[in-house]
Amino acid sequence: MAKMTLDQLRALRAQKQEELETRSVEGKDIQVIVGMGTCGIAAGAKQTFDAIVAALEKYKLANKVVVRQTGCMGLCYVEPTVEVIMPNMPPVIYGKMTSDVAEELVVKHLVEHSLLDNHIFDKPAIDIVKR
Amino acid sequence: MHFAIGDFVLDLIQNSVEAGSSRIEVDIDEAMNGVYVCIFDNGCGMSPDEIDKAFDPLKNSAVKHPGRKAGFGLPFIKQAVEQADGSFKISSEKGKGTKVCFSFPKSSIDSPPLGNVPELFLNALNMAGASELILRRKRSSDGLSYEVKKSELVEAVGDLTSASSLSLVKQYLASQEE
Repeated sequence: MAKMTLDQLRALRAQKQEELETRSVEGKDIQVIVGMGTCGIAAGAKQTFDAIVAALEKYKLANKVVVRQTGCMGLCYVEPTVEVIMPNMPPVIYGKMTSDVAEELVVKHLVEHSLLDNHIFDKPAIDIVKR
Repeated sequence: MHFAIGDFVLDLIQNSVEAGSSRIEVDIDEAMNGVYVCIFDNGCGMSPDEIDKAFDPLKNSAVKHPGRKAGFGLPFIKQAVEQADGSFKISSEKGKGTKVCFSFPKSSIDSPPLGNVPELFLNALNMAGASELILRRKRSSDGLSYEVKKSELVEAVGDLTSASSLSLVKQYLASQEE
């Protein structure tokens, strides 16, 4: 593959958009937020992020999902952390979301609407909780 | 501790974003004798006293994360550079911005690998905050050289938090490495 120019990128986008318009689009109402603080990066959040983007494309969800990053969510002990917010599901913070479980997250939570029980962590580390 | 040089760079970009920068520039130069990185932003900057504190992992100012005084970003990179006999320089002016430059020599066995650069750039472009992010990459061994501007990509594919845009930009970045 040769170096893509910005014009080629625009053309590719136009082509993708045509493909997308043939599917039913409900608007982007799913948010996936990856913790990208020092703790997250050290635990491999960068790879997790990449794997999530690839999985969303694979399961044809790319046009419905917004992927964001945030700093440390206070769950340094179970990084990488990923928060998923979507309609008809409780907002969930998942921990230990290494790149190899990213696809499972997309399939179970986003496609099948079920939770990944072993990865749910909702309490920040003790030093940032008021005692 | 981070594994690759790209991880340190992303950490520093995250710092720049959290410093309220509207413009961040990153230079990654993979020369024959080592890797040279510079990151400069127009964020809130630090006073000399604040810079000293930023290098103590357990005595941070607790501004970014109220109630928490630990901050490992800058201490990590400094430690890694010292171990590998590289160079590190930070200059900052309160209210104007910060510039961080560091290098890892190829000759040192303790120099971390550079890591996946397109993956690093994709993450950096997705970060909220800075409206302009300029990423420059050079590699001497084969003459590879390119520059990516966030504003141009936003204009070409739209919002960079949408998974469909990210997926396109991912392809674009991968092609730049050819």
